[in-house]
Amino acid sequence: MPESTAARRPAWVARLLTRDAALIAVLVLVLVLASAALPRFASPVTVGYLLLNAVPVLLLALPMTLIIITGEIDLSVASTVGITTATIGSLNLAGWEFLPAVLVALLVGVIAGAVNGALIAFVGLPSLAVTIGTLALYRGLTLVLIGDNSVSSSQYPEGFTSLINAKVGATGIPIVMGFVILAAAVFIIVLHATPFGRGLYALGFSKEAATFVGVHVPWAKFWLFTASGLVAAFVGVFWSTYYSARSDSANGLELTVIAAVLLGGVSIFGGRGTVIGALTGVLIISNINYALRLQRVPDVVLIIITGSLLIVSVVGPSVVDAARRRIQRARRHRTRPLAEARGIDGA
Amino acid sequence: MTLVDHRTRSLRDRAISLLRLREVPVSVALIALVVVTALLNPRFLTAQSTKDLLLNATIVMILATGQAIVIITRNVDLSVGSILGISGFMTGTLFATVPGIPIPVVFIIGVLLGSALGALNGLLVTVAGVPALVITLGTLYIYRGINNAWAGGREYFSGDRPRAFGDLSVDTVLGFPIITLIALLVLLALAVVLAGTRFGRDFYAIGSDPDAAKLFGIRVRSRVFSAFVINGALAGLGGVLYASRFSSVGATTGTGIELDVVAAAVVGGVAIFGGSGTVVGAAIGALLLTTITSSLAALRVDKFWQQAVVGMLILAAIIIDRIAALRTARRLRVSEARDA
Amino acid sequence: MEFLRKHGSSPRRRLLTFAATGTVAALLLSACAADAGGEAGGGEGSSEGASISFIPKNLNNPYITLELSGAKEAAEELGFTYAEAAPLDAGADSQIPFIQTEVQNGTQILAVSPNDPDAVCPALEDARAGGAKIITFDSDSAVECRDLFINQTSVEGVAAGQLEQLFDQIGGTGEIAILSATAAAPNQNAWIEAMIQQIEESDEYEWDLVATVYGDDDDTKSFQEAQGLLQSYPDLAGIISPTTVGIAATARYLSTSEYKGQVALVGLGLPGQMKEYLDDGTVQAFALWDPSEVGYLTAYAGKALLEGTITGAEGDTFDAGKLGSYTVGPDGLVIVGELLKFTPENIDEYDYISF
Repeated sequence: MPESTAARRPAWVARLLTRDAALIAVLVLVLVLASAALPRFASPVTVGYLLLNAVPVLLLALPMTLIIITGEIDLSVASTVGITTATIGSLNLAGWEFLPAVLVALLVGVIAGAVNGALIAFVGLPSLAVTIGTLALYRGLTLVLIGDNSVSSSQYPEGFTSLINAKVGATGIPIVMGFVILAAAVFIIVLHATPFGRGLYALGFSKEAATFVGVHVPWAKFWLFTASGLVAAFVGVFWSTYYSARSDSANGLELTVIAAVLLGGVSIFGGRGTVIGALTGVLIISNINYALRLQRVPDVVLIIITGSLLIVSVVGPSVVDAARRRIQRARRHRTRPLAEARGIDGA
Repeated sequence: MTLVDHRTRSLRDRAISLLRLREVPVSVALIALVVVTALLNPRFLTAQSTKDLLLNATIVMILATGQAIVIITRNVDLSVGSILGISGFMTGTLFATVPGIPIPVVFIIGVLLGSALGALNGLLVTVAGVPALVITLGTLYIYRGINNAWAGGREYFSGDRPRAFGDLSVDTVLGFPIITLIALLVLLALAVVLAGTRFGRDFYAIGSDPDAAKLFGIRVRSRVFSAFVINGALAGLGGVLYASRFSSVGATTGTGIELDVVAAAVVGGVAIFGGSGTVVGAAIGALLLTTITSSLAALRVDKFWQQAVVGMLILAAIIIDRIAALRTARRLRVSEARDA
Repeated sequence: MEFLRKHGSSPRRRLLTFAATGTVAALLLSACAADAGGEAGGGEGSSEGASISFIPKNLNNPYITLELSGAKEAAEELGFTYAEAAPLDAGADSQIPFIQTEVQNGTQILAVSPNDPDAVCPALEDARAGGAKIITFDSDSAVECRDLFINQTSVEGVAAGQLEQLFDQIGGTGEIAILSATAAAPNQNAWIEAMIQQIEESDEYEWDLVATVYGDDDDTKSFQEAQGLLQSYPDLAGIISPTTVGIAATARYLSTSEYKGQVALVGLGLPGQMKEYLDDGTVQAFALWDPSEVGYLTAYAGKALLEGTITGAEGDTFDAGKLGSYTVGPDGLVIVGELLKFTPENIDEYDYISF
C-alpha cells in the first residue's frame, strides 16, 4: 500500500475497501462477459434461478464471515440446516401445522448454535474441533429424527411454496431475496457500525486487544455461534420448502460456504474481511458456475475452477504484497538507506 | 528434603506423567469399548471380527498418522481424501492397463504420486505463506476434479486386479492382516522419528511457536514442507491399500474421508493448534472411531444413532483433553509457586 | 489474476457506495437485458434435429454411464442433438441447476432422473411452459410434472425377482437383512416396501427381516455395514442388496471372510462387476436389467411425444427402434422389460451389459 494512503486512514480500512472494490469489479466483469458470450444468460429467468439457488449459501455466509473474522470457524452449519429441516419434516409427519413446526425448528437451530457457542466460549475449546464434532452429532441427530423419510414441499400449505418461488414483478428477482438483503443489512450494521462489530476485528487479532477495547470475549463468541445456528435454521426452513426435508439435506454445504467466504476476502487468520466481500464471493462463484453450466461445461471443470479461484484469491494478494514490500524496501534503501522498512504489515 | 523422599517423589511423578500422556484417555476408551462390547456380544472378538476391526481401521489409521504430523506443525491438510482417490484410481488403472506389473512397483508409484500432490500443498503453504486450511480446501476441490475428469464413469473392480494384490487385505500373519502390518510398520517408523530425532522434534517446536522456532534456527519452511510431503505419501499409500481392500475404485473414491481423519487425530489427543500429540495417539483415535461403528452394529444399536454417537465421542475427547490441559497448567503453577 | 493486481489503482473514495450501486447495477443488467430464455419449439411432425438432454441422478457412476450409452445410441439413430448434464453427487439441491440451465437452453426433450421427486417440479413446469416434453427415467417425479415415466421394470417385479432368487437358495425360513443405498433414496425405499409387503402376503416366505442398513452407495460404508450385519446376526441366512454398489461391496466382504458360501447374497448388480463372485461361489444368482435399454427407450419415447404421436395418455403406443413397440400404462408409466436374472450358466451371455 503506498505511503500516502496509509497516512490518510488506517491501512486496514483502505485494504478492505480496495479488496471489496476489486471483488465487485470481478463480479461485474463476470456478469458482462457472461451476458456478452451467452445470449441466454442475461435474462430474468437466470436471475430467478441463480438467486434462489444461492439463497442458502448467501445466508450462511453472513454469520460465517463474522465468525471467521474473530478467528474462529463453524463447520457444523450444514448439519444444523439438516437438523432443522428434519425437525420440520418429522413434525409434519407427526401431524403438526407448518408454522408451529417452523418455530420449533428455529428454536432447534438456536440451541444447536448455542451448544457450539457455549463449548467454544465458556469451556474454551477450539472451534474447529468442536464444530467437527457437532457436524457429526447434528447430522446424526438428523438421521435419528427423520430416518428414511422424505418430506417434500408439497406437504406444506400452497402459500409458503409459492411465496418461495414468487418473483418481484418481471425482474426475476425472488421475493425471498428481500429477506436475504434484510439479514445482510443486519449483519453489515452489526459488523461495521457498532462497537461490538469493531470489537470482532480486534478479537481476530488478539483476545487481549478485544478485551482492551471493551469486548466481552466469551459472550461475543457465544452470540456469534448462536446467531449462526439461527441463520442456519432459517436456511433449513427455506430448504424444506424449496427442496425437501431428508436426512442428507445440505450435506457438505459447509465447505462451499467457507470457500465462498474466503474467496470474498475474509482472512482465515481473523481480523480482516467484510460482509459485502463475502456476499460478492458467493455471487462470483454462483455466476461463474451458472454461466458455465449454461454452456454445458461439466461439473468437473467447475470444481477445479472453484478450487483454483480459492487458492489464487489468497495466494495472489500474498505474493503481490511480498513483491510490493520488496520493491518498497529497495526504493527506501536507495533514498533513505537507514530508514526503517517496516510498519505496513497487515493481518 | 531427604534423599529417599526425593526418590519416591520422582517415582510418583513418573507415574503421574505416564497418566498424563495424551494417548492414555483414548486408549482407555478403546479398551473399555472393546471389553463392554465383547461382554455383551461374544462374537465381537472372534478371529474374523478382530481381523475386520483392524482392516477397517487400517486406511484411516495411515491417513491419521500423516494428518497428525501436519497438525503438530500447526497446519491441516483437507485434501487427503482427494489424494487417496487419485492414488486409488491410479492403482486400478495400472493393474488394468499394464498386465503383469509387479505389485511393489504399484506401491511405489502410488506413494510417489501422493508425495507429489502433498508437495504441491506444501509448496503453496510455505512459499505463499497462506493458511493450510484454505490451500488444502482448494486442492481438495482441484484434486477431486482431476480424479473425476480422469476416471469419468469408469471404475476398476477387484476382478481387474491380481489375486495376490487383493490377498494383501485378506491374508493374515499372526492374526494381523498384511495391510495392517504395513500400516503398523509405517506408524512405528514415524513414531520413532518424531520422538527420537531432531528432525521430528522440530515439528513440535514449530507447532508450539513458529516464531520462536525460527529464532532457534529451525528451517520452518522446509520442515512444514516435509510434513505435507510425508502426509501426501501416506495418503498415496492409503489409496493403494484402498484398491487392495475394496471392490471398486473410481471418481468418488475417498470422498469426505478428510473430516474422519481430522476427527481421528483430534480424538487421539493431537491438539488442533499444533505443538502436541503423537502419531500413535492419532492411530489409536482412528482405531477407536472405526471400532465405535462396528461395536454399535454388534450391539444392534439403531443405525440412525451411530453418527450421533461418533459426534458425541469427538466432543467428549476434546473436553477431556481440555480438562487434562487445565489440570496440568494448574499443577505447573502450583509447583512453580512452591519452587519459588 | 488480473483483478488482484489492481489494488493500488482502484478508486478509494466512497467505495461502499460504489459497492452497493455495483451490485444493484449488476443485478439490473442481468434482470432487464435481453429476452426470456427457453423458447422450445413445439409443433407436430418431424423431430429431426430436435434437442434432447439427459439429466441423470449424477455422473461418473458405471450404472449411469451404461444408461447414457443407450440414450446416446438412440439419439444418434434419431438424428437428435444429444446432451447430458448432471452433478457429481446425488443431492436434491445439486441436480436442480442442471434442469434450470437446460430449461434456459430451450431443450425440446428433457429426460430426468429426479433425486427429489417434488423439488424438481418448479423447474420442470417452467420447461413445459416453454413447450418442452418432460420424461422421467429410472426414478420418478410427482406425476403432474412430467409426460412419461420410463421405468426399468415394475417395482413389484424387482421386489419379486430378488425374493424368488433368495427363496431358491435358502428356502422360506431364516433371518434375512437388507443392505440399501441411502436412507432417502426413493427407488430403494419403494423396492424395500414392496418386498416387505410381498413377504407378508406370501405363505411361502416365512423369513424374519431382522435389519435394514444403509451403505449410502459408498463402497467403504457398504462394506462395513455388511460386516456389521454378519457380526450382529450370527444366524443370518441371507442378504438382499438392491443396489449395484451395495451388492458388490457385500460380495467383496463375503468372498474375503469365513462367511463365504454360508450366507446367501442376492440383489441388483452389474454383470461385469459381479462375475468374479459368481465364479468363486460367493454369489449364486443376482439380477438387473440392461440399463442401456432404459436410456434407449427414453429417447424414442421423447421422439413420439415431440412428434405428437403420443401424449402420455394410457393406451398410447409408440415405436422404440430395436426394442419394438411399447404401450403407455396408467399414470404415463412405460415399463422397459423384465428383470434379467444372472446365474453362472448365463452370465457370459450378458457381458454386453458393460462399458
